Amino acid sequence: MILGELNQLRDREIQSRKKITLRCCMAAGCVSSNSKGVFEALQKAVAESGLGNEVEVRGVGCMRLCCEGPLVSVNQDGAEDSLHVRVTSENAASILAYLKGGKARTTRVDAGMPFFKKQMSIVLSNSGIIDPERIESYIAVGGYSALHEALHEMTPAEVVSMMVQSGLRGRGGAGFPTGLKWDTVAKSPGVAKYVICNADEGDPGAFMDRSVLESDPHRVLEGMSIAAYAVGASQGFIYVRAEYPLAIARLQQAIKQSKQFGLLGAGIFDSQFCFNIDIRIGAGAFVCGEETALMASVEGKRGTPRPRPPFPAESGLWGYPTLINNVETFANVAPICRHGAAWFASIGTARSKGTKVFALAGKIKNTGLIEVPMGTTLRTIVEDMGGGAPEGGRIKAVQTGGPSGGCIPVEHLDTPVDYDSLSQLGSIMGSGGMIVMDDGTSMVEIARYFMEFCMDESCGKCIPCRAGTVQMHRLLDRIARGQATAAHLARLEELCEMVKSTSLCGLGQTAPNPTLSTLRFFRGEYEALLQPEMPGNEECLAGVSGQVS
Amino acid sequence: MKIATMRNEAEGRRVMQHASGDKRFKILEVFMKKYQFRQDSLIEILHKAQELFGYLDDDLLLFVSYKLKLPPSRVYGVATFYHFFTLKPQGKHTCVVCLGTACYVKGADKVMSAIEAELKIKAGETTPDKNISLLTARCIGACGIAPAVVYDGTVSPRATPEGVLKTIKQWTES
Repeated sequence: MILGELNQLRDREIQSRKKITLRCCMAAGCVSSNSKGVFEALQKAVAESGLGNEVEVRGVGCMRLCCEGPLVSVNQDGAEDSLHVRVTSENAASILAYLKGGKARTTRVDAGMPFFKKQMSIVLSNSGIIDPERIESYIAVGGYSALHEALHEMTPAEVVSMMVQSGLRGRGGAGFPTGLKWDTVAKSPGVAKYVICNADEGDPGAFMDRSVLESDPHRVLEGMSIAAYAVGASQGFIYVRAEYPLAIARLQQAIKQSKQFGLLGAGIFDSQFCFNIDIRIGAGAFVCGEETALMASVEGKRGTPRPRPPFPAESGLWGYPTLINNVETFANVAPICRHGAAWFASIGTARSKGTKVFALAGKIKNTGLIEVPMGTTLRTIVEDMGGGAPEGGRIKAVQTGGPSGGCIPVEHLDTPVDYDSLSQLGSIMGSGGMIVMDDGTSMVEIARYFMEFCMDESCGKCIPCRAGTVQMHRLLDRIARGQATAAHLARLEELCEMVKSTSLCGLGQTAPNPTLSTLRFFRGEYEALLQPEMPGNEECLAGVSGQVS
Repeated sequence: MKIATMRNEAEGRRVMQHASGDKRFKILEVFMKKYQFRQDSLIEILHKAQELFGYLDDDLLLFVSYKLKLPPSRVYGVATFYHFFTLKPQGKHTCVVCLGTACYVKGADKVMSAIEAELKIKAGETTPDKNISLLTARCIGACGIAPAVVYDGTVSPRATPEGVLKTIKQWTES
């Protein structure tokens, strides 16, 4: 493949476009609401109406408003005309009648509503527009031109310095500066180097990575290729959860197509650069989201973490320097290459650049995917875009960061969303799961729920996490059942601090976060459940001594 | 393990095969060959083995360890570490209730208790007649359509206790 061929492919794909496009969402959320049936019904209706020359039915990735799926968007002459929601295979054909000036029997929503209008798309710019199963569709929107530019017009060091200047920080949760990581790997000596894409999106309530992989897999492959060129790697792995079968299938297909087109393999774009990507399928262990555990799993071992340093950037997969980035981080690479570091650095806040994709879910009207510039307030996200709590409920808290994060109470909704503001509130940005809770949700229950999660998922390697999570869960369970005293609560807080400061990896170090943050903002709920300490209450007091049984 | 030593007449060397003659072992071996019997492909191979056999029994794990030249302890250790692998046979139907945070706050726990009461089994168990296995998932990423339930591999959105019981009844009656 050379640039001329790439441009030819792009032009041919653009020319083959028809006047009207019906985009039908084929991401996992809508597929489970029978969007495949809708897609087939649309195709059949187009064929029957004889509009085949004017109308194209295209299966696309996530269109974001997941709660209203299956979604069908009608586009005429390149502009969005209308968005139909909860389409069924029965009423899909009426969309064609609507095109002819008739009446559609489907429900339509305003595509100009704040949920869509306040979004800013970088990572999701192709999501819901291109067909994720065809590489030509990605090339038509300028795909792989960034890789060509990096390979032919930039040195690896220039690519790294561009990433440093862009100010991009890791989207997996911790927010480590991406450029710095690339720089360390690039400078580490090693006969072999590896690039790993962390798609083990284990946080319950987060589905951004799944959507990116299902909607725009080539963007991730392109980002990984640019990263490999910058750090000098020739082999990449994508570690993806087994729970995402559709994402795995789309990735496999994308890799196959890239190889066919010479965009993966040897001598990419007639250069000296060789790069291959293999998929590694996870097997349901949350701890594998931690980078050292993930590498153990890629090597086919039990996914247990190891102490750092040495960091993966120096000694990672099989002891070689390894670059590990999240899906969303890689998805940001190609746009940065295309538009420049300065463009990216102009978006967001002083210390958090660019946009962030959130998976909005829980007790909120509009659930789905949103991408907003860093620094957008939680209130904008939850109230304007999310539409507030459904059926007259009142929002109580927003949970970010999954089992490693915390609950942000409604009083703090004016907090801008960036790495630093969220950590000041005892939560973390996390990978982007945002779960809204209303009055009906007990905070003690939520703390217990997350502790149970961490207890189950603890790999058992280090004692603070293995034993500590069990004890903290017992104490939380006791409090929730109304069988605890103030002494239990004090013991719980003591344990939280201990586990936080002594655990080996991120799982244990952050396991107490949901408990600590709910204690900080909703202490009253805990105290209301406590029993008075008095003689004759021995049954209650048993267990405070903390023996393991 | 029931490994039989056979002579491959065409190549004139000894080859090891599973003595049961079950074709699925042959399929699994072809799959391992695709990965060049690399030890780091263990998890991929266990995925395939579970897909073929439904669960991983001791004999199957020994077969894998033998073929990859890995100690059985390593294979067993990996198979028991990851939640996705099951060492017990599953029922004819599987019902997976997602207990991710979004599903949980939308009432997945109520769905779960309704099924547990109906089938009189707990999560992770199979009904005595081997018809239905009840499983839980940590999050299947279908948070936009919570609560989600997976019936025999098909995700179903917006589950309610009533709706779930209807499907379960269809299974128990058929």
